[in-house]
Amino acid sequence: MKRWFPILGIVTLALLSYALYEALVAAPTERTMGDVQRIFYYHVPSAWTAFLLFFLNFVASIQYLVRRKPGVDRIANWIVLGIAVAICIGAYVVPPPAGVERSAVATTGLAVAAIYFLVRKLFPGDRADILAVVTAEVGVVFCTIVLITGPLWARPVWGIWWAPGDIRLTSTLVLWLIYIAYLMLRKFSSSGNTAVIAAVLAVFGALDVPLVYFSIWFFRTQHPQPVIGGGGSIDPRMMQVLLINWVAFLFFAYLVSWSRYRLEVIKREVERAQGMQELMETRAR
Amino acid sequence: MNFLYAAYAVTWVIHIGYLTTLVRRYARLKKEIAELKK
Amino acid sequence: MSGVTRATLIKDLRLEWRSKDAINSMLFFALLVVVVFSFSFDPIAEESRRIAGGLIWVAFLFASVVALNETWARELRNQVLDAYRVSPAPANSLFVAKALGNFIFVCVLEALMAPLFIVFYNLRALGPAYQLLIVAPLGTWALVVNGTFFAALSIRTRAREIMLPLLLFPISIPAILGMVSATTAILSGENSARFYIVLLAVYDVVFTIACLALFETVLHAE
Repeated sequence: MKRWFPILGIVTLALLSYALYEALVAAPTERTMGDVQRIFYYHVPSAWTAFLLFFLNFVASIQYLVRRKPGVDRIANWIVLGIAVAICIGAYVVPPPAGVERSAVATTGLAVAAIYFLVRKLFPGDRADILAVVTAEVGVVFCTIVLITGPLWARPVWGIWWAPGDIRLTSTLVLWLIYIAYLMLRKFSSSGNTAVIAAVLAVFGALDVPLVYFSIWFFRTQHPQPVIGGGGSIDPRMMQVLLINWVAFLFFAYLVSWSRYRLEVIKREVERAQGMQELMETRAR
Repeated sequence: MNFLYAAYAVTWVIHIGYLTTLVRRYARLKKEIAELKK
Repeated sequence: MSGVTRATLIKDLRLEWRSKDAINSMLFFALLVVVVFSFSFDPIAEESRRIAGGLIWVAFLFASVVALNETWARELRNQVLDAYRVSPAPANSLFVAKALGNFIFVCVLEALMAPLFIVFYNLRALGPAYQLLIVAPLGTWALVVNGTFFAALSIRTRAREIMLPLLLFPISIPAILGMVSATTAILSGENSARFYIVLLAVYDVVFTIACLALFETVLHAE
């Protein structure tokens, strides 16, 4: 991986520049919102990247917890497979929500299982914990960007910085808060088992997210609020620019995460070596 | 309009800021490795 | 309720009854909120009924955190947790006892504060007032069950007192939304609180199961 880094770096830079050009110049101007709408091309890909990273954190946390007991590990594998199969079957049996393709739901189910088993294969043992730290940190970075670009887009277009009933923005805020708490817990923990405790928190966070979504959804049916970010269909040309930006940011997120991962690996080795050194010194005395 | 440039600028400021913290942490680790090797 | 749970619960209640530490600090915080915000209330306006719901739960939230922070402090000081880890008693008995103890403390607080709220904010429920008796325990349990669990998570952290609210609040947001909206709905009579009550019940079930499932892991992880 190390020798690929410079090449990937240049590719990423090229992709990001191209994506920026597309977003600012080539993409068509929105009819009602004007040029400000172009924030959308940075806001949405950052959100998708953040959610992907947080999902990886959730998977890594579960893996770490589950792998401590081999029996539980095997049960978890079957449960994940079962869920994936259920989603795939359900996609073709149950009518999907409006605007969502059946094949998209099935693909998501398969992707979830694939990610789970990939992480299991590529990040055994303690590496799952390192993956958890990395994805949480980089995820928070992207999530912060979502929360800043969101209001910056909302203010000129809808006249308000924030609407508490806006599902997407408020759910993102809660997710951000949960992961800030996660990072603080990791930072301030003086336990020897920080990894386990952090993983438990990640699981709680994951349980919370659907409840947050649901509660805000009902809240807004009682208190009608403007839908920030607009709904409805997107001009295919805009969708194209959106996807270009997303791919560019995915490459970027990958490189940043990889760098952070290397940093964490080195940091843990240094800490281990320092611990050994102190042990030697105490014995020598 | 300024909102548009502000949003793009903030995005990159945050990303560059985070990368800077990574670089600084890395430099500090390198120093500690040198200390250990002594 | 198992013998261990009952014994621990009675012990905690008795200790609290003698010292009244937790209840006094909780009362102080709750009173502070009530009095300070009573200045911003126009006693006749309709608005006050809409804001009161949020204020009441803010007061109880801050007060609960005071009690929750103390949950494990006594156990920590006397190495009780180590003894527990070694003993054959199931970890969940300890958790249930602690959570129930906290639940009782906060309910007592709520019972004491309710008349004060009614007086200071001139409250009169326009909706079905009996529903408040459902919302209060459900909401309190939501705060207490997660609070007790996160208090255990934060035991071995520096800045323990800040870590608990930091962990608790984001996770509790659906419950807080439910509590506040339900209370506002009941007080103002404008909409039905039924959905929020169901939300609170679901939240309680989900997180009680999660806490019971993971407490042993946390206890042994310190």
